[in-house]
Amino acid sequence: MEKILDVKNLNVDFSTYNGTVHAIRGVDFHLNSGETLAIVGESGSGKSVTVRTVLQLMAKNAKITQGEIRYHDEDLLKKSEKQMDDIRGNKISMIFQDPMTSLDPTMTIGKQVAEPLLIHNKVSKADALKRAEEVLRLVGIPNPKARMKDYPHQFSGGQRQRIVIAIAIVNYPEILIADEPTTALDVTVQAQIIDLLKELQQKIGTSIIFITHDLGVVAGIADRVAVMYAGKLVEYGNVDEIFYDPQHPYTWGLLDSMPTLDTDDQNRLNSIPGTPPNLLNPPKGDAFAPRNAYAMEIDEEEQPPFFKVSKTHYAATWLLHPDAPKVEPPKSIQQRFEKYQQMLGGSVK
Amino acid sequence: MTKYILRRILYLFLTLFIIASITFFLMKMLPGTPFTNQNRLSPEQLAIVKAQYGLDQPVFIQYLRYMGGLFQGNLGTSFQFNNEPVTQLIGQRLAPSMQIGAQAMIVGTVLGILLGAVAAIRKNTWVDTLATFISILGLSIPSFVLAVLLQFYLAYKWQIYPVALWDNFQSSVLPTLALAALPLGNVARFMRTEMVDVMSSDYIELAKSKGNSNWQVVTKHALRNSLIPVVTIIGPMAVSVMTGSMVVENIFSIPGIGEQFVKSITTNDYPTIMGLTIFYSFLLILVILIVDILYGLIDPRIRLGNGGKE
Amino acid sequence: MEQVPKIPKEKFKLLHKKDNQAQESLGTPSLTYLQDVRRRLFSNKVATVCLILLGIMVLISVFAPVVAPHNPNTQRVEYSNLPPKIGNLDIPGFNGMQNMDGKSVDAYKAVNAPKDTYYILGTDYLGRDLLSRIIYGTRLSLIVAVLATLVDLIIGLPYGIVSGWKGGKVDTFLQRIIEIVSSVPNLVVVILMMIILKPGLVSIVIAIALTDWVTMARLIRAQTFQLKEQEYILAARTLGESSTKIATKHLIPNLSSTIIIQTMFTIPNAIFFEAFLSFIGIGIPAPNASLGTLLSDGQKAFRFLPYQMWAPALILSIIMIATNLLGDGLRDAFDPQSSD
Repeated sequence: MEKILDVKNLNVDFSTYNGTVHAIRGVDFHLNSGETLAIVGESGSGKSVTVRTVLQLMAKNAKITQGEIRYHDEDLLKKSEKQMDDIRGNKISMIFQDPMTSLDPTMTIGKQVAEPLLIHNKVSKADALKRAEEVLRLVGIPNPKARMKDYPHQFSGGQRQRIVIAIAIVNYPEILIADEPTTALDVTVQAQIIDLLKELQQKIGTSIIFITHDLGVVAGIADRVAVMYAGKLVEYGNVDEIFYDPQHPYTWGLLDSMPTLDTDDQNRLNSIPGTPPNLLNPPKGDAFAPRNAYAMEIDEEEQPPFFKVSKTHYAATWLLHPDAPKVEPPKSIQQRFEKYQQMLGGSVK
Repeated sequence: MTKYILRRILYLFLTLFIIASITFFLMKMLPGTPFTNQNRLSPEQLAIVKAQYGLDQPVFIQYLRYMGGLFQGNLGTSFQFNNEPVTQLIGQRLAPSMQIGAQAMIVGTVLGILLGAVAAIRKNTWVDTLATFISILGLSIPSFVLAVLLQFYLAYKWQIYPVALWDNFQSSVLPTLALAALPLGNVARFMRTEMVDVMSSDYIELAKSKGNSNWQVVTKHALRNSLIPVVTIIGPMAVSVMTGSMVVENIFSIPGIGEQFVKSITTNDYPTIMGLTIFYSFLLILVILIVDILYGLIDPRIRLGNGGKE
Repeated sequence: MEQVPKIPKEKFKLLHKKDNQAQESLGTPSLTYLQDVRRRLFSNKVATVCLILLGIMVLISVFAPVVAPHNPNTQRVEYSNLPPKIGNLDIPGFNGMQNMDGKSVDAYKAVNAPKDTYYILGTDYLGRDLLSRIIYGTRLSLIVAVLATLVDLIIGLPYGIVSGWKGGKVDTFLQRIIEIVSSVPNLVVVILMMIILKPGLVSIVIAIALTDWVTMARLIRAQTFQLKEQEYILAARTLGESSTKIATKHLIPNLSSTIIIQTMFTIPNAIFFEAFLSFIGIGIPAPNASLGTLLSDGQKAFRFLPYQMWAPALILSIIMIATNLLGDGLRDAFDPQSSD
């Protein structure tokens, strides 16, 4: 598979009133053509910042101190503002979290959907509006022709998110970045939006980076998953590997706090104690150590490197070091391991 | 929307009625008569004059007469200024006031919007600091102080404009500038706040993610969204320009209604004071009404809502 | 993937953290709300400078009888219209020299003033010391501002609280009154009041307060509406505390930032109105000095004696700018979200 996007050793700092916040501390990931990569993490873990750096849509006080973002064979970080404008909304586009505030309240939605077409293609206004109408139909807005002249406040939250998606895909981008596109929506609407994204991916063959804090959503859409914590990736792998063979205690914690169909009365949902560290002064060792029930002395002194679990699966935890003691993960995780063995036995993966 | 406007117009007249009544009785409470200054009048002459103005009638009858006249657009007769009807007095003097008022509003609002927008776009740079400084000067320095300073430098010392004269456009420049400072400062400050807010909103980020250049983001999305709320402060601004013009007209000897008001005060010309008070209130309520309707027309969220506020 | 680094084995002992032992340390020590407000205010250099400037003006005003070099109303006709002079210093503009028919003349010598007689800002057409008049004029402006603000609070605060707290018909009625009052331009109300009342300090204060309370009442009402729904107020009501007690114990402390900020915008307003009224001649009666009358006199004389216009114009502008900037600074300090 072709690597369409390759992010290498990305570091981003924010200068704030209280000092410099090291929001992203050496993130590597890649996106294969046609796949969906989910980046999972708590709020403040840096997942949104990471994808915003791809489009260079960061806040003014953000600074990329190191790294490379290779799109095809070019480094996006070396592009001029003008060159980035040509990529945004055209080759790479973005879906935002809150559909209630993402649309210009004083512009008709027809114009808003047609706007990226007019920016990037030499088309007439009439043709652009026609295309916009088609795309609105594609994303499931009923009676799009009549509704083109309506304003955002005349649509429901779910419909508005469909419009935001329409804006993002109107130029058939190669990469679609979805930043928590379902978080602000009702659960039933969430499922519809996920289905819509999957359907669109089939139709227009775009690759998707899907940001979320909700592992439940991930299972339905992602091919691969990267787990992020305190500005670093801690584990990544195929969706089955992350869900049924997780290695990092943080991933365990996330999965353990997620309800599944198998959750019975004995398996109460657990939460991860504490809060993420303050990235004004990132800890010397593993940032997760203070919250980690399986922390070792080494965790507090040195940051763990990535250990290989399989060809596609890596995790940054000292527990994978040959000298580390064998630990017993939470019960729900052990059940997942068992299931994974069955899956491996049943089908050839 | 039509229903809403009609209701507002009804309120306008109701409020005017109450204001007129209050003003009338306040004026009646004044000690002495408007002719106290004219000691030359003998008691008999005074009685004749009083009868002429209907002042010998009981207060309530006078009130009914006045309100009746008001209903027909009659604001009474001036005690001074050749016994001219107050409406005629206002009518003659409206044009100069309207001219400098409108000029000041246009200059102040347009420059204020530009200044505020530039400050917001160049937020936290020296451009922003300079713009903020100018807007603070504009809204802090009283119009009459500015008028005096302008008159001293531009008219007297450098002789670019006439000191105190009313004939051509030249003579309207200084009063316009003196009056424009306040709307300029206020609009600039308001515009900056609004635009900073808009610029950090999600839909601006989305506009940027579509591939709009920074300039396009500002012209296509940020400006319109920040301009809509600015319309709301145009009403109050117009009122301050209106009242500010009282003393500015005085300084530059412009034959406007503001100058007339000040003159009437110093000569105890009660009917004119009353007439002008009612007229000023009428203008104020009208301006606010127009601005509200205008706001409803430009903001799609209100325009297409339930037809109005409340 | 990577080479496994060599690490001593004993480092791989589990620390067995208990689940809930996670450290939750906060990065910065917590400040109380007021400390935070003060810190933000003083970190704002412009606001601090304005605060100091206004502080000095207040001090000078309080001690005006001591500070003023002359009695502001004492007339010495023989010394009328003398230009500014500071001791025997030869500073242009402050050396007592005056331009007469194209020649520079020592105005003090021309009237045979003794060597040690000098007026720092010169004298007016009646030979009164301008500096002293400006000091007293500033004092008057500040007195008007403080009194008007107080009256403003006395009317606006209870009005707003009652309107917001009672809601319903009471509120509708009170709001109608406000609507009518605010339908007359403020300045017109003030002028009407000045015509009806006798000119003087008290009339000015009443006239100004009569219009300014509306804004205060509106803000307080809106804030009270919000606070009314807060849990702790509901709790106090459920516990049967009296309305007065709830108002003084719970409402007013929480309204304080609104009150302080609004007050800072009432003050320049009041100063403006006072100067305006005095400027058009219906404010403070002669012979007392007000910045408005001083400026008005200065305007009449500026062709030949521009110094008489400069000082009041400058002081009035400085007061207005400083109070406005301090108001901005206070608002930002109380409500950090309101700034950028």
